[in-house]
Amino acid sequence: MRQKLAITGNEAMAYAMKQINPDVVAAYPITPATEIVQIFSQYVADGEVDTEFVAVESEHSAMSATIGASAAGSRAMTATSSQGFALMWEMLYIASALRLPIVMPEVNRSLSAPINIHADHSDTMGARDSGWIQIYCENSQEAYDSLIQAVRIAEKCLLPIMVTIDGFIISHAMEVVETFDNKEVQDFIGKYKPAHPLLDVKNPITIGAIDFTDYYFEHKRSQIEAMNNVMPVILKIAGEFQKTFGRNYGLFEKYMLDDAETAIVVIGSTAGTAKAAVNNLRKQGKKVGLLKVRVFRPFPAKEISEALSKLKAVAILDRSAGINAYTAPLFTEISSALYTQGKNPKAVNYIYGLGGRDIFVKDIENVYKDLEKIAITGKVENLINYIGVRE
Amino acid sequence: MSDKDKKRQEGWKQLPTGGTILEGGTAKKYKTGDWRNSRPVWNKDKCINCLRCWVYCPDSAIILKEGKVAGIDLEHCKGCGICSEECPVKPEKAIKMVPEKQKTEDRGQKTEKSDS
Repeated sequence: MRQKLAITGNEAMAYAMKQINPDVVAAYPITPATEIVQIFSQYVADGEVDTEFVAVESEHSAMSATIGASAAGSRAMTATSSQGFALMWEMLYIASALRLPIVMPEVNRSLSAPINIHADHSDTMGARDSGWIQIYCENSQEAYDSLIQAVRIAEKCLLPIMVTIDGFIISHAMEVVETFDNKEVQDFIGKYKPAHPLLDVKNPITIGAIDFTDYYFEHKRSQIEAMNNVMPVILKIAGEFQKTFGRNYGLFEKYMLDDAETAIVVIGSTAGTAKAAVNNLRKQGKKVGLLKVRVFRPFPAKEISEALSKLKAVAILDRSAGINAYTAPLFTEISSALYTQGKNPKAVNYIYGLGGRDIFVKDIENVYKDLEKIAITGKVENLINYIGVRE
Repeated sequence: MSDKDKKRQEGWKQLPTGGTILEGGTAKKYKTGDWRNSRPVWNKDKCINCLRCWVYCPDSAIILKEGKVAGIDLEHCKGCGICSEECPVKPEKAIKMVPEKQKTEDRGQKTEKSDS
């Protein structure tokens, strides 16, 4: 039976995990993702899932155990955030290069130092080239729906996938989420049939073997191609999801974008705030729009640059700094995409919300005000701007 | 690597997913013996067949025949010297490590039966 539940982002993730009923979950607690596996471990203790739960001693071990379980042929999951995610680092690359379809909820949180437990995208943005598929969610419903789709995407592409929500803003905020029947979820994700499980002792294989100058490059090239093939799979599975469950998901969401003259590009929960700003400004007759990036890896470069091509000016909002890069991560991707696609709207970068600093509707309205000026003058005075930081 | 060898190697489209090797026991095909800079020289007359070398060898390079040491697989022995270290025979060990350079210089002057 489909039910509308008042639950938090973490509860929505845990509930989806319960319905996915993975064979193995290995995890270690970290704020603000702790609840996901804490709630899930209760499902295990209550016999509501068939999962083998491995309480490990660190996130490095959590990802290592998940990799082992996935290579053995099981449907394996873990969940983490921030420092824990950072501790998984070397194993993230191993999971993707071994082509293991691990599914991981991740709660976006800033990285130390200084110590901070609140939302920004520094953690997963740092791993944007680790070979994982990345889906960022605006709210709990998206997180629930995306996690279910993620299982199919990962197993079809043989690539690991992380589905993220903003720490506290989504992970601990209660929203109404429409949940599906267990059987509906099971029917949608289907059975996992690994091609070469390590536990198939009649067909022994070796994984993770050494690769020197003779084969490493070829294996990396084939991994790149696997990622190149992901986008049509995401769209196909999103199409099936829509047919079954009604809600439609693309690589990104366009909000009032088609006739817009200026627009903002944003990731995660701030899209909701930005939609409120768009609504206010549209009421004043301003032609403003929004593009919310959902799939950041692989990056839909052609599709996004096409969607932004007719704008006079576009502001790209980053919730991570990309400290030693020229611009912040999302801006870097989009400006590179626009340049190579021969599209040339004026583009400007805003860094906001680091360490959970609030961003308000009026902050976003001010960005649109800046864009209006850029559209008229054709000049970007400051390429990189900061919202909400005290001077 | 010769051009002939290069032709035998697969391109990226031909390789199994994720670098998986789809058969067992392939370590045998990887000849690690040329990593060695000193080699174990086994003295059959001193050997007491305690098989400690066989137990400790990390590369399974001690060859046994009917439960007795029969030689050393120099195609896979990396020359770590553990066999010699663990050999309990006194006062002179039954396995001695000899630098490869010296071994080459001595070639033809000594008769070693340790080669497999």
